Amino acid sequence: MITIDVNGVSRQIDIEPDTPLLWVLRDVIGLTGTKFGCGIAQCGACTVHINGAAMRSCSVPIGALDGAKVVTIEGLSPDNNHPVQRAWIEEGVPQCGYCQSGQIMAVTAFLKISARPTDADIDANITNICRCGTYEALRRAIHRAADLMKS
Amino acid sequence: MRGAGAATFNRRYFILTAVSAAGGLLVGITADPDDARAATIARQPWNDNDSAPHEIDAWIAINPDDSILIRYQRSEMGQGSMTALPMIIAEELQCDWSKVRIEYASANRSVRENRVYGDMFSHGSMSVRQSQKKMQQVGASARERLIAAAATRWHVAASECVAVQSVVTHRPSGRALRYGQLAADAAKIKLAAEPAIKTPAQFTFIPRSIPRVDLVHKTDGSARFGMDAQVPGMVFAAINACPVRGGKLKSVDESVLSGTPGIVGVVKLENAVAVVATGTFWRAKRALSRLQPEWDVGAAGSVDSGQLSAQFRSALTEPKAVTARNDGDVERAFSDATRMFEAIYETPYLSHSPMEPMNATVNLQPDRLDVWVGTQDAEAALGAAARFSGLKPEQVHIHNAFLGGGFGRRDANDDIAQAIAIAKVVKQPVKLVWTREEDTRQDRFRPHAVVGFKAAVDAKGMPIAWSMRVVTSSIFQTVGIPFPADKAEPPAVDTLESNGYEVPNTRVEVLLKNTHLPVWFYRAPGGNQHVFAIESFLDEIASASGIDPYQMRRKLLRGKPDWLKVLDSAAEKGDWGKPLPRGSGRGIAICTFTDSLCAQVAEVTVKPDGHLKVNRVTVALDTRHMVNPQTVVEQAQSSVIFGLSAALYGKITIKDGAAVQGNFDTYRMVRLADAPKIDVHLMPSGGPVWGGAGEPAVPPVAAAVANAIFAATGKRIRTLPITDTDLRS
Repeated sequence: MITIDVNGVSRQIDIEPDTPLLWVLRDVIGLTGTKFGCGIAQCGACTVHINGAAMRSCSVPIGALDGAKVVTIEGLSPDNNHPVQRAWIEEGVPQCGYCQSGQIMAVTAFLKISARPTDADIDANITNICRCGTYEALRRAIHRAADLMKS
Repeated sequence: MRGAGAATFNRRYFILTAVSAAGGLLVGITADPDDARAATIARQPWNDNDSAPHEIDAWIAINPDDSILIRYQRSEMGQGSMTALPMIIAEELQCDWSKVRIEYASANRSVRENRVYGDMFSHGSMSVRQSQKKMQQVGASARERLIAAAATRWHVAASECVAVQSVVTHRPSGRALRYGQLAADAAKIKLAAEPAIKTPAQFTFIPRSIPRVDLVHKTDGSARFGMDAQVPGMVFAAINACPVRGGKLKSVDESVLSGTPGIVGVVKLENAVAVVATGTFWRAKRALSRLQPEWDVGAAGSVDSGQLSAQFRSALTEPKAVTARNDGDVERAFSDATRMFEAIYETPYLSHSPMEPMNATVNLQPDRLDVWVGTQDAEAALGAAARFSGLKPEQVHIHNAFLGGGFGRRDANDDIAQAIAIAKVVKQPVKLVWTREEDTRQDRFRPHAVVGFKAAVDAKGMPIAWSMRVVTSSIFQTVGIPFPADKAEPPAVDTLESNGYEVPNTRVEVLLKNTHLPVWFYRAPGGNQHVFAIESFLDEIASASGIDPYQMRRKLLRGKPDWLKVLDSAAEKGDWGKPLPRGSGRGIAICTFTDSLCAQVAEVTVKPDGHLKVNRVTVALDTRHMVNPQTVVEQAQSSVIFGLSAALYGKITIKDGAAVQGNFDTYRMVRLADAPKIDVHLMPSGGPVWGGAGEPAVPPVAAAVANAIFAATGKRIRTLPITDTDLRS
């Protein structure tokens, strides 16, 4: 039995320990905002925060997470008002939207350690794939989120 | 919606162009306060109850509180038509956009009610341009019925009444009634004749840049995709189809899974094996990976990419091609020519690879089938599901979801077929999910194509004759679209046949060679590979003739002001001709696609070690008309990135009959660090035809980049992807 905190709720998980967190979130707990894209930590659609750090949940086994605090897109803010979410709305980033939960979670964690990122910082750290190619708006939204977080 | 809507558009459009001229971006303009009062949708875009109270008709319901339900019959896969089509209805309905709620139209209802929603597909950039008149008619008809209801109540002539912002007003007396007060009466009114629809000059609401209705739900994880369907009691299925297409399952030893917890069973299909598990998809996927199925692959099991390439190239000289276009006398011009050019261009198979892998969730009962899926064609999905299940169409319910990308992939219904086949065996609701590897390898690919060119130039170096012969596979044959064998299948020759250049002797031929690999429509079919070929070949001629590639195109497009406007804009905004440092270069390309025009200038830098960076792509796009310009800009940017992934990295290699690449580690995509700066310049030229927005900016980018690489390095790219060419100096 694994105990994890997901979005502030303590969960007892009884499942094979090699089950990736992604499938615990989606299929066991029913939090479907975290997406399956590749299963090998390549695309980042499944990005969540584990103890504050952005991790690709498709490649983190639940057995390694006893006592961990997990935050998913559903738990990022109570009413969709996190500065990154606001920036995403103001810049109109999503198209199909499938990768955007992972993008937002990756950027949220990134801005905590890099409050005023340059474009080069962003290039080096935000590596999630967006097949719709929203990168132009995404980059603007990252800068806007940094502004919002500062003010 | 404001009274001064037209003026607002003009002002806004001025702002758009002014901003872009300053080198900035077209998107991200601050929305007007009015626009913040956006229409809404539910996080789950389908509604299990497909008829609503207070319906005016199958498209529109208006409640006593003035809230309006508008149904949307196409598929939202990122292109924004779930916002655009209701905007067109709202234009004619003269309603308050902030009171509009949008949901998917029901394919089941369309079946029951004599195809009341008509075509439901989203492909070919057709959602807007094929629905625009119908959407206008739907909105205009409802508006006139609301006006007629008010006129009847007031005992006045309908011609004395106007409808604005969800209110009908009797002009002489000033009396007014809200739509919510009129809807019940309007629903009973039959118009003697359908009202005329507005001309674009009469529009007051569109074109207008407003936030897409699905925006907020796509920032908090609540938007429901097919992948997110949750059905009580459902089990999970992972599947592995024969890696060599057309092969069959010979045998599989299930005993390795005995005693594994949570396994419901192994399901053997004719060409695939699936594992079904309780609790999580992971269980099914892991168990499947432990099976070692044996396949009967036949002769296709020895096919590889090298053989296919050799076959296609040798077919360039076969005598039996079909002629798509034949102007003048090409052979005579060739025999008179003093200087000839020849080149062969080749583009590989590609996988669509939407971010959301294929999936379908089904609940099959004796007299009812429910399917939760993101499909590009809910009506076709319903028909296919009925055939696969043996149920009547009216017993099948397709709950279309948001699509995590489509690009042409999400209308083959192969996922639905498998899910139903599995459900028949396990007799429980089943969620079938393809792994990324399955999604890549079991794709219906963008065809492999070889184009052979010949050209003759005059004394000034301008082309006076050219021939182009395509060898590729028939998409129509795989899809099952009947087409005469003596005619050129449009997607096989698109953008070659429709090239805009005034070359008096032009011949376009096609020779179709189908292999065991299924091919399919892929964002900008034909254009996504042929523009690379023709625009690069033209660049070769320009270079050899010592003529600037932009100026050569200008000369060949003389007398075509719409083409020239797009070409000139791309050149001007893309700084054509301005100095660049050594190792950098610009390339230009233009095409027409889905009745739109698009020109692009790419700027690249190639380092001595061969490292390539696409710095900037400037897009000029004429879609003739627009509904939501912001979405058109987004689609252009999306198209550039999509085309760039294919140009730089995209290749499905065939080895022993099977696709080699499986996941994003080997089938690479453009990421943020690879993404160029993209400036989009919109220049709708009007006219009777509406152009598409989702595809026309895909085709030019590969050619613009390849031509820029030539300008920077002198290396000519004739085979994609570009990363297969050594760019070291």
